[in-house]
Amino acid sequence: MEALPEQITLAHGAGGKQTSALIHQIFERHFKNSLLTADDAAVLPRPGHQIAMSTDGFVVSPAFFPGGNIGELSICGTVNDLSCMGAKPLYLTCSFIIEEGLEVSKLDRIAASMAETAEKAGAVLVAGDTKVVGKGQADQVFITTTGVGEIVSQNPLSGAKAAPGDAVLVTGDVGRHGCAVLLSRDEYGIDAHVESDCAPLWKPVSAALKAAPDLHVIRDATRGGVGTVLYEIAHQSHVGIRLHSDAIPVDPSVAGVCGMLGLEPLYLACEGRMVMIVPKEEAGAIIDALSVFPDTQGICQIGEVTAEEPERVIMETEIGTQTYLPEPGTELLPRIC
Amino acid sequence: MKQNHQMSAPLRRAIDFLKTYDGPEVRIMEVCGTHTHEIFKQGIRQLLSPKITLISGPGCPVCVTPAGYIDRAVALALDHGVTVCTFGDLMRVPGTEMSLSMARGRGGDVRVVYAPEDAEKLAAEHPEKPFAFLSVGFETTTPSSCLAVDHAIRDGLDNFTLLTANKTMPAAYEAMKNSTDLFLYPGHVHAITGLADVKKMQQEGVSGVVAGFTAGELITALAIAVKKYGEGVPFYVNAYPRVVTDEGSPEAKQLVAKYMEPCDAWWRGIGMLPDSGMRLKKAYARFDAAERYALPEGNGKDNPGCHCGDVLQGRCRPEDCPLFGTVCTPVHPTGACMVSSEGACSAYYLYGGEK
Repeated sequence: MEALPEQITLAHGAGGKQTSALIHQIFERHFKNSLLTADDAAVLPRPGHQIAMSTDGFVVSPAFFPGGNIGELSICGTVNDLSCMGAKPLYLTCSFIIEEGLEVSKLDRIAASMAETAEKAGAVLVAGDTKVVGKGQADQVFITTTGVGEIVSQNPLSGAKAAPGDAVLVTGDVGRHGCAVLLSRDEYGIDAHVESDCAPLWKPVSAALKAAPDLHVIRDATRGGVGTVLYEIAHQSHVGIRLHSDAIPVDPSVAGVCGMLGLEPLYLACEGRMVMIVPKEEAGAIIDALSVFPDTQGICQIGEVTAEEPERVIMETEIGTQTYLPEPGTELLPRIC
Repeated sequence: MKQNHQMSAPLRRAIDFLKTYDGPEVRIMEVCGTHTHEIFKQGIRQLLSPKITLISGPGCPVCVTPAGYIDRAVALALDHGVTVCTFGDLMRVPGTEMSLSMARGRGGDVRVVYAPEDAEKLAAEHPEKPFAFLSVGFETTTPSSCLAVDHAIRDGLDNFTLLTANKTMPAAYEAMKNSTDLFLYPGHVHAITGLADVKKMQQEGVSGVVAGFTAGELITALAIAVKKYGEGVPFYVNAYPRVVTDEGSPEAKQLVAKYMEPCDAWWRGIGMLPDSGMRLKKAYARFDAAERYALPEGNGKDNPGCHCGDVLQGRCRPEDCPLFGTVCTPVHPTGACMVSSEGACSAYYLYGGEK
């Protein structure tokens, strides 16, 4: 078999021996399982319940950041999207767009972390595709993942099911992924270390579904962060949401960076945080159940759903006033001073 | 869940005083855009008795930057092939024809940086390309633009320039002093300049309090301002002593004095204010983008329906502008007060007005 050079070349996407070497020595080696074959499609056992399916593209820059990389992110994103629907992730496919010149060692690390993350979520990678594009036509590597999961929750989950009186929970401190990526671009000369919260959350979500069978809404707070998710839920359910500013967990380094740049942690992306909306009598059971998982041990209640002021998110400040959380609408830009 | 609203006793007393104040009516202008946003974010207006009115002033550097300046920056990027480096706020401010964001979409190399030194570093790393930093801001940001020039000289760079639109706060105080009973002075400006300017205002019969930026600091400053106002004698108080000293920052002032000199400046919505701007001295003209690329003067054209000028001078509230919230929103801003993250219109819109 062809040995791999140090860098990806256009030949690795041409379909010949070098493509074959890349697939065998990187993807097959890391993703090995009984469903992943050399045939044109994977043949899958049919689950006994309804299935959920989701797909997402990942183009994060830089591809490696403190606390994770684009490969781990590509699995977490799709696994967590399925989990939000109460679906146990089963099968994943992945499509790579690789920029000519990418170091093979980087691709190897990306594939290894994808395999590790999928295993953590209990899913397998069953099929994939590789394309190589010329230098400058992509930023190192873009990955698209698609996932199929089996719906195991008793009641369907939906962003339209938030009801007045429900508790609003978040599974840990907010804004870390967005902040970590921002800092790792090294554009702002800020000396702070923040690690991404990137994590596959099916296991904690599964525990939440058992602890609180009447769970109403689960959403992962990716692009746009917790603030955007809360507005989406408020619109979808036509309810108001009241938050308590002193209850919202923010890592001190994230708070410091946001203070300097004029950003709001509630709008920074999380890749390992869920917003959960649950009848208030079930909130304690969820908090107890999720506190035992390392990735969700920071779970806490940050507010409640209200009938007043539908489709607005109200913030109770630490000085006892009430303001509206601004509804996000534009690109986040650091301010002047 | 924490929900105890724990407050210190002095802060509680200050809030009680502001809520129950029943003295003479008083109008207080927060000159600084960061103050405006923090006041809205914290809901501080809800704590004020009806006898106290807050007015948002012109202290947002983005809001007072004229369309003509954006036009020149766009020309640098599109016509002169210069890599334009800017603070994020300026990206979407409308010029006569387009914003910097649109210029980037049309192939201009426009980059967001956090500090002028970052632009200087980029220029040092890419000697083959010309760079210009959009030097916009008050006394807080002007020293770092001068530092970037200082470093460009140290590094022997011939590819780094500033496009200056720096302004000075005392000019705003002078221009606004008849629109308000007293000022809430911006703490970070006076951290640089010291207290000489506010003392001068007091001598002219204009009162004010230098304020910090947390909810507690703002409430404390407002309580001091209202209490002293009732005494009927012009005053100034430094309510931000942990950061602001009498003399300010001599190093920053020396740096600015070395590279820059006062000039007349055009303020968007307000007009020409004599000696209210800062530009590079003639000796450093090679670092001046306007000189180097012979950029034509011109104040550009604002949307004629936009009331930014009146908003900036406290003559009307954002909601009184016919474009507010309909034609002009943060997603599609017509005027600079809506596009800037520190603008009064943006604060009113994002935080839903005076809840």
